[in-house]
Amino acid sequence: MAANTETAPHQNTGVKLPVLKREKLIINDRSYHWITDRICGIIENKQPFLWWLLFLPSALIALIGVGGGLLHLVSTGVGVWGNTNRVMWGWPIVNFVFWIGIGHAGTLISAILFLTRQNWRTSINRAAEAMTIFAVMCAGIFPAFHVGRVWFAWFLAPIPNANAIWQNFKSPLLWDVFAVSTYFTISLIFWYLGMVPDLATIRDRCKPGIRKFLYGIFAMGWRGGNRQWSHYEMAYLLLAALATPLVLSVHSVVSFDFATSVVPGWHTTIFPPYFVAGAIFGGFAMVLTIMIPARFIYGLQDMITMKHIDNMAKIILLTGTIVGYAYLMELFVAFYSGAIYEMEAFKYRITGPYWWAYACMMTCNVLSPQIFWFKYCRENLWIVMIVAMFVNVGMWFERFVIIVTTLARMWLPGDWKTFSPSPEDQMLFVGTIGMFLMLFLLFLRFLPCINIAEVKWAKLESDPHFDDIESHPDEGAREIAAYQQELTENKG
Amino acid sequence: MSTTRKRVYGYLAEFKSASALYKAAEQVRDAGFRKWDCYTPYPVHGLDAAMGLKRSILPWFVFFGGMTGTATAFALAYVTQVVIYPTVVQAKPTNIFTIPAFFPVMFELTILFSGFTVLFGLLGLMQLPRLNHPLFASKQIHRATDDGFFIAIEARDAKFSPNGTHDLLAEIGGENIELVEEED
Repeated sequence: MAANTETAPHQNTGVKLPVLKREKLIINDRSYHWITDRICGIIENKQPFLWWLLFLPSALIALIGVGGGLLHLVSTGVGVWGNTNRVMWGWPIVNFVFWIGIGHAGTLISAILFLTRQNWRTSINRAAEAMTIFAVMCAGIFPAFHVGRVWFAWFLAPIPNANAIWQNFKSPLLWDVFAVSTYFTISLIFWYLGMVPDLATIRDRCKPGIRKFLYGIFAMGWRGGNRQWSHYEMAYLLLAALATPLVLSVHSVVSFDFATSVVPGWHTTIFPPYFVAGAIFGGFAMVLTIMIPARFIYGLQDMITMKHIDNMAKIILLTGTIVGYAYLMELFVAFYSGAIYEMEAFKYRITGPYWWAYACMMTCNVLSPQIFWFKYCRENLWIVMIVAMFVNVGMWFERFVIIVTTLARMWLPGDWKTFSPSPEDQMLFVGTIGMFLMLFLLFLRFLPCINIAEVKWAKLESDPHFDDIESHPDEGAREIAAYQQELTENKG
Repeated sequence: MSTTRKRVYGYLAEFKSASALYKAAEQVRDAGFRKWDCYTPYPVHGLDAAMGLKRSILPWFVFFGGMTGTATAFALAYVTQVVIYPTVVQAKPTNIFTIPAFFPVMFELTILFSGFTVLFGLLGLMQLPRLNHPLFASKQIHRATDDGFFIAIEARDAKFSPNGTHDLLAEIGGENIELVEEED
């Protein structure tokens, strides 16, 4: 068999085999100039009415919710939040985990799909990376203010201070500080470096003036020479290779905050993979939630095709099923462990006063994505949009279930207390949604929302051997053909 | 009457597609030029070989940058947790065997330092940022970030000659051949 495989390519020279056709990533045979024009046009032209219709309320909500909310919080004290003794993590940490999870899809698209050569990522990676950065910004607000006195938040940094006390490097909470800040920094570098060639494109299209100057500064003098591209591509590959383990580590470390405690319902080894799958699941739902309207408003249908949406729906189906498996496995392990506290914790989650949160989580996260088994549902944008919304809600409830129902029912009956968020809690959370949308709309307005250079690269004629494919046969394609030939011979 | 002196940067020629550029690059390489470059709107894969470029040395910088991060995190955790301020928390020892608890931070700082090395190493290798470049004096180079494929051969190359280089570019399929001059 091994000998067969080695000699196979020589045996099959000249044999033409049918190769499965791949769908084109850029449809309607758009030219390079059309791609540049369409993407830069978003920035250069006046914004459509719909942009203002979304931007103004978002900005207002962000101003009142985050600006006003934090001002009230800091000037009054964190007591205005609904956190109680026992449920001391409350909404802020629910929201933190929710937002940080959203970011993960961006890094998955930009790094993991890059390493696995999934070329369809090119049309959506820029917007998804922007989403990552804005989501992490929203996430960062919560733990920073949850420390109580935010002006002491610098105590988190390992620097010598007047108290002569050092941070506890054995604590998952400190790991979290490092993980989240590294994640934000690396995401920002990845996003910015990826954007440099496109900023140069915008610079070269601008008339001389303040705009040209500013885009020029941020493009750093990029010329598009191959001596630059050569290093640039290596840098991009390295960043993808660095971001891949990083993104898996970030939500794992977040889950350590829970898993390393000895609290029933949290102390489980399934948490890191379960959190990572959930994060990617929730993140893809958010990518769809913002990209489907953006694609419609700016007429990007030729670059973000139904194929892209189909792929994302399939990833939601896959990760949603993994999440469902994790939910059920959690229940099974609680039962199988025979530990009464563990069993009690899950019984309380399902049948206790928070049963509605658990039911909502199960319906939205496990049941709703299952309709993506049907092609019709993946092709109907309304259905895709509704499921994405369900998943956004479901993933928030997942974190609510994990944090609130567990803390509300700890070891001592004297500690038992239910939780309800205060208006300040709700105001800040809604404020961060406004802030996220506002930042994303500003991104659409001022920066290239699709990776212009990579989309051009994804066209078939961008291959330097497009004209002489016969004299430069694709090694990979030949091997596949040889393997298929071998299979049919073995069958015969 | 004053005259402005101009310094010749080199010749810039346009090629009609990535394939044409690829073949032209092979010929410029074989003609023995050193100071020249291909300008493309997207990274053309395989052009490095056609130009005779070596693999980027960036990974070496990043390796040492990453190792610095690992060492920094270990030193930070070990010195503060074991040497200066040994405190028993969560029943974990205060000696070298605490190291598993330091792994997450060591990992994160490895990535963080590597990421910064990628950024600054890349800028160093690309010799960016810079505010201007003689090539920007060209009237067509702006199309290199849109849909143009160009080769520029610099005048400071030893093989450069005003007529010979022009003819070579024309011979290998270059169009709109332009002498790029910068104001001195």
